[in-house]
Amino acid sequence: MMDLLNNFVYIPLFISLYFEVFLLITFFEGKRTIKTEEARSSREVPSVTLIVPCWNEETTVAHTLDSILALDYPKDKLTVVAVNDGSTDGTANVLQDYAERFGITVYTKENGGKHTALNLGISRAQSEIVGCLDADSTVAPNALREIIKYFDDPEAMAVTPSIQAWQPRTLLQRIQEAEYDMSIFLQKTLSMLGALTVTPGPFSFFRTRVFKELGPYRHAHSTEDMEYAMRMQKARYKIVNAHTAYVYTNTPKTFKGLYRQRRRWTYGFLANARDYRELFFKPRYGHAGVLTMPFRFFTVFSALILVSIIITNAIHSVLIKLSQWSAINYHNLFLSKSFDFFYVNPSTVVILEILTLMFAFILIVGGKNLAKKQLFSKDIIYFCLFYGLLAPFWLGGAVWNFMRAKNVAWR
Amino acid sequence: MPNSAWKKYVLAFVITAAIFVTALYISNQISAARVNEIAATQDKISLDIAASETQFALLGERSCESVGESTLSDEMGSLAAKLSYTEGRLGSDNPEVLQQKKYYSLLEVKDFLLSKKMTEKCGWKPVTILYFYSNDGDCPDCANEGYVLTHLRQLYPQVRVYSFDYNLDFSIIDTMRTMYHIKGPLPALVINDAKATYGFQDEDTLINSSPQLKALAKAAAAAAKNATTTPTR
Repeated sequence: MMDLLNNFVYIPLFISLYFEVFLLITFFEGKRTIKTEEARSSREVPSVTLIVPCWNEETTVAHTLDSILALDYPKDKLTVVAVNDGSTDGTANVLQDYAERFGITVYTKENGGKHTALNLGISRAQSEIVGCLDADSTVAPNALREIIKYFDDPEAMAVTPSIQAWQPRTLLQRIQEAEYDMSIFLQKTLSMLGALTVTPGPFSFFRTRVFKELGPYRHAHSTEDMEYAMRMQKARYKIVNAHTAYVYTNTPKTFKGLYRQRRRWTYGFLANARDYRELFFKPRYGHAGVLTMPFRFFTVFSALILVSIIITNAIHSVLIKLSQWSAINYHNLFLSKSFDFFYVNPSTVVILEILTLMFAFILIVGGKNLAKKQLFSKDIIYFCLFYGLLAPFWLGGAVWNFMRAKNVAWR
Repeated sequence: MPNSAWKKYVLAFVITAAIFVTALYISNQISAARVNEIAATQDKISLDIAASETQFALLGERSCESVGESTLSDEMGSLAAKLSYTEGRLGSDNPEVLQQKKYYSLLEVKDFLLSKKMTEKCGWKPVTILYFYSNDGDCPDCANEGYVLTHLRQLYPQVRVYSFDYNLDFSIIDTMRTMYHIKGPLPALVINDAKATYGFQDEDTLINSSPQLKALAKAAAAAAKNATTTPTR
């Protein structure tokens, strides 16, 4: 039974390694394009509406609005809209203050969820380009210009930013820092493939006509940014990534906060992937259909399978040790033994696991390189050591919710 | 998707498969090196045994001082652990492993005979334990019994354990089985040529069932007590 389980490990390992290799090939193929993109500046200065949906954000929204007001973009071309989605704290006062002092537009509505706040802002937008920024994030002054230059390509229908963790301090936040940096690499590489399946809430921009053609945001299992990207992929609308448009997002400080956020994201992905299952393995939907969607879906389950195998092996080892200890009547279990190099004999699985981790390391460093950050820092070590122990919790939680929701839906 | 895109899928597959094959190759090479290491150790032990036997034949009782009591046993113990580890990694049906196990069994018997000779001529008082086990899945307690014996050997260097795979197709083991009338359920133990006992025995049971082991345990406890007592002037 244990042997069968251990042999099963090869499947998720092969697929993970395959995905990493595929991304690296893509990256090195398009490396020259990245340099050209970085050197280029925008030819056009289209009108832009930037929507900030707010629900009880009194402590963070001022910081967000300050960074928007500091954007390097012609003021007559940029309309800032804050939508107060039925906040019950002091958000309304903060927004009113910014409306009076800086002329931002404020809409107030009953609470209906982020997607309804966004839809209100989009429905009233008169500009060519529309985007949003979550009220817990801030942007670099040149971020909008970096985004806009990608709209020079008439086929580009949406542009996503490069999201980084804002001032990570705790161990948990440092782990997320490395994860966000890896995501920068993934987003850029998937963008090269035309295979992005998320247009993140912080600072993604769209041609306004996209919403007229494909319809407004939906609730989409609380992950409207994933659903919209999938909807665009289904319609074969081009989504690209502006890796030099830096956005800084607040990351959860506690495990509980991180767990809830990631469980929502993972559940949202699974549920939306189920809604868009027709994309899976269909070459007509490009790499999004053949690569991204199946791999992301598979990753959730394979990570759980890998962890289950590791835990089963660990329990098995502990039981053997306990049984041995009982056999020697609980006498001294650990007699001193000198180190023997003979026993350093990594199995194929261990070598492959190390290689997969090394590739992950390369992806993080690649992300840091794209974000022009210091390449080697402690967060990578924290990520390699602890992420694998943390992720199964929210993956498990999300899969559990997904299975239950599916059962209910089938009745 | 264009054809060039499919080429990338194939290229990624080829690279990933190459990585897998390389990992498999490296792991196998390391395992092969470990088997070679075992073979080299066995050759060395074989030479040592032959030297001891020859020395004994030449010098008779006068060789007692020069032939060490515990050196060979220690090496045999560490070799047994390595062989067992390699068997776990490569599988009990691996031809290399089977070959080395046969060689090891032969060395054990030679060491056992030499030890018997030394006991007669030099007045040694080792505790020899012949241990018959099976790892064909029909002896769930064998792993733990083996652990108990390893632990005993670590505690008391005078204990010499000779373990034999009951199912190993090797004439010497057949002879040993016949000599000691091993028939019952495994694990089977023969302590100092006494009657074979069958079934799992934990450490305390084993010590209490054998006067020689009991004496060793008592002596070790007394020595430990003396060592921790502050000497008086």
